[in-house]
Order: sequence, then structure tokens, then C-alpha cells
Amino acid sequence: MSTPVTQRHEFVLYFDVTNGNPNGDPDAGNMPRLDPETNQGLVSDVALKRKVRNFVALVKEDQPGFEIYMTEGATLNNQHKKAWNALLPEVTKDDEFKKLPKDQHKAQELTRWMCTNFWDIRTFGAVMTTGVNAGQVRGPVQFGFAKSVERILPLEISITRMAATTEKDAEEKGGRTMGRKHIVPYGLYRAHGFVSAPLASHPTKGTGFSQSDLELLWQALGQMFDHDRSAARGEMASRKLIVFRHQSALGNAQAQSLFDRVKTWRVHEGSVQEIGSTATDNWPPARKWEDYKVTIDREGLPAGVEILEY
Amino acid sequence: MSVRLKIWGEYACFTRPEMKVERVSYDVITPSAARGILEAIHWKPAIRWHVTRLHVLNPIRFQSIRRNEVGAKASAANAASAMKRGNTEGLGIAVDENRQQRAALVLVDVAYVIEAHFTMTARAGAEDSAAKHISMFNRRALQGQCFHRPCLGTREFPAEFALIEEGTPLPPSTLVEPDRDLGWMLHDIDFAKGNESRFFRAQMRDGVIDVPPFDAEEVVR
Repeated sequence: MSTPVTQRHEFVLYFDVTNGNPNGDPDAGNMPRLDPETNQGLVSDVALKRKVRNFVALVKEDQPGFEIYMTEGATLNNQHKKAWNALLPEVTKDDEFKKLPKDQHKAQELTRWMCTNFWDIRTFGAVMTTGVNAGQVRGPVQFGFAKSVERILPLEISITRMAATTEKDAEEKGGRTMGRKHIVPYGLYRAHGFVSAPLASHPTKGTGFSQSDLELLWQALGQMFDHDRSAARGEMASRKLIVFRHQSALGNAQAQSLFDRVKTWRVHEGSVQEIGSTATDNWPPARKWEDYKVTIDREGLPAGVEILEY
Repeated sequence: MSVRLKIWGEYACFTRPEMKVERVSYDVITPSAARGILEAIHWKPAIRWHVTRLHVLNPIRFQSIRRNEVGAKASAANAASAMKRGNTEGLGIAVDENRQQRAALVLVDVAYVIEAHFTMTARAGAEDSAAKHISMFNRRALQGQCFHRPCLGTREFPAEFALIEEGTPLPPSTLVEPDRDLGWMLHDIDFAKGNESRFFRAQMRDGVIDVPPFDAEEVVR
């Protein structure tokens, strides 16, 4: 295992959907989530985290140390679940552990073990059923809600099925049933995320989330939609991942000043306008990634911050 | 020594303890959440933060979000036995079998100013001075540094923050109903007394909530 992450990161992820439903709202009959005030589409943090987990489960299948705690039914029930025995470096300093009260020592040991074995606990954290405070793990990686850059228009598509589930249905409706499908013709979504380095590398609070785990996270964010095809999703794809890497654990700049450097623009027949500008009033709605442009302002970047693009 | 910190974000959920299953947020940030934000920026066992005032800058508005959540916690007993065997077989939670759909009534587009100060605790060593900690906090807040990303109630709602330096005026408020009785609100949790909750009567006057000291008489258990 490589060393824990010691640098703070922020990231902006752009992903889009074509003729699909990126995240259904259980309160609205599975319609795409909407911000009711602005009609911008939403994708919840947990929806994104689910996809990251599924991707890691897929690429690191059977590898010790990369198991996923919060599994979804479809994951394979693999037989060779071997625990990762090499503990984190600081855990070998057993003396320090033994100074703690016995139950706390036990709980910390347990937490460590869970963190080393389960990638998602190391990354996102978990809550364990122990009374001791160490039963709660805060992971370094945090997602906000993703929001579409412009208003989206959800469409309801009626579909028919040439079969019925029950015999009664078959007789009454002549073997045909109708269903509904909600799609977004096109939506470009932007998500913000944070990697708090101390929660990875701190001697007691850190989960040991390592450099290679971070690389895996970037890979997951880039490719997670490629392995999440379904009838509901339509075509989803990660379009751009912009990472701000700080030199220090605590960071070298305000997060919002970095996020503000990333701007989305509308493009139409060679003309580039700000989103919502009156010049775009009679433009056709965006229907593809090429209708948008993402710029990164690299000028006067605060010292100790670098921009990485994936 | 006091500090003033502006915090803001798109969403916030300061869950009412009486409605925590289908979460309903308080109207404003609680002193306990505000303390958590300060601690995310700078905290050491040598100091304890006390929130004295909360300024509400934006209109109080709500939105409902329903999500699929997991109804179980990770089992420590299962983990302990798995650790002994050295095998992770059977460990894990199948989320689709433990599903709970929960709605959350969250605040949208919030902005506050937290006024707070800290006191030294019994764990302060010889090298800890109030001046050292205040300058550490100010330096970090000014440069946007934090130990971990502060959040507005829950971690999916990250908070932006900016220090309001001494002598600079408070940001303007767009609050529509500046005088309001917010009812009984969680002050903080007493971790020394078995996680006991304490409440206070939150009155917003001209957009400002005065927070009584944690051990004041009007703070009830």
C-alpha cells in the first residue's frame, strides 16, 4: 500500500446525460431530480458515490484491500475473501495503542482493520455499531450534489409492453401493458468534491486513504458511467474532471476561489456566450456536449495550487 | 478573543432531533453546527469554542429531497470475528436489502455569520496560549485552509467560509422576516455527561440570534 494522501484536493466533475434519467426522484414517481426553484437537474451525492463504489468493485474484484462494504445485489459473491493483513505503518507502533483504555484500543484496532480492507470505508467513511467514539470513521472524500449547468426539461415517454405480468391483466388488457419512462433529452451536470487530507493521513483520525486510492478515485470518476449502462440511464459519460491539488494538507487557497475559475459557456455556431446571457435567448436548447464549453482560468493561480485535468 | 466567520452554501440540513428519521432542518444553523464548522478549521484539545451570536443573512427557505438510504450500521461484532479469522467473507451490507427511503426537508441558499470565541481547557499545555490559537485560526480562515471541509449540517452540503477581519463591516442581509421566535433549539451536546442535549429559546432579533453560554440558566436539559 502506498502512503496516505497528504495534500488537500478539490475537484469539479462534468458529466452529461443524453436521453436518460441520471437520478430518479423517489418523491416524484422517479422523475429526474429537479431543483423546483430553478428547474436545474440534480444528482444526489449518494448516487455518485454508489457509482464510484460499483466501479471499484468491478476493477478491483477479489483484490484484498479493495473490498466494498456497501454492496449492491449484483456484486459477485466471491469465495476468496482474504483479509489484508499488512496494517498501516503507524499501527505497528503498538505501544501507543496500548496506552489507550482497553475498549478504545480494541475499537481503534477494529476501525483500522476495516479501513485497510474496505476501500469505500477508507474513502467515504462508515458508522459502526459500537458505543466507543472510534466506531465512527469519517472518510476524506466528500461529494456535494451535482447540478445541471442549465435548466433541464424532463420528458415523459409512454412505452408499451407486449406481455402482461398476471393472467388477469392478460385477459383484461389483451396482453398489453403500458409503462412510463422519464428522460432528460440532454443535461450537462457539474459536481464538486473535496478530499480532506488530514482525514486520510492523521495518525489517529486518518483512514489511510492512499495516493493509489486517490488515483483509483480519479479513474472511477472518469469511467464510472461506462460501466453503469441500463435502460433508464440512457447515455451518460464523464466529460471533464478538473482537480485542484494543494501543496499542503490544510490547503493553499479558498475552495470557492478555485471553483470560480472553472466556467461553463454556451456555444452556438461559433459564438460563445455566458450561460443565461440574453444573447442566447433565441438559441436552440443544448443537445450535446459540443454546445457547451468549459474554461479554466489559470491566471494568477495562488501559490501552492496546481490544476490537473483528467 | 473573538472571531467572525461568514459561511454559506447552496443547501444545509441542521436536523431537528425530534424529526430525525425523515429529517427536518431547523430554520437556522444551531450553535453546535457552528462550533463544528469552527473546529473543522482549527481546533486542539487545548481550546473550546463558544458561539455567542449567529447572524442570518439570507431568507429562510426549504426544499424537500428524498433519497435511498441504508438502514443498518456496520456491525462491530461481525468485524471483530472476521478480523480473528482473517477473512472478510460475509462482511458487508447489501444496500438493496437494507433500504430506507427518507425525505429530508433542507434549507436552500443559506449564509450566516458566526461570532465566537474560545477558552482554554484543562488540557492546555505550557506552549498553548490564546494568542497562538487565535492567530492560527485567523491565518487558516483567511487563506481558506481547513483540517477537513466544513459542512452545513451534513457532509453532502459543503460550506464555504471567509473570515471577517476585525474592523470590517458585516455583509448585508437580505432576510425578509428579521424578527422571529424560532422556538426551542438545540444548543449543543454535553459530551462530558453522556451526550446529553441542551436546548435554548432561539429568538431572532433583527436577523441576529444571541446564544447564551452553554451553562447559563436559560439553557435547559
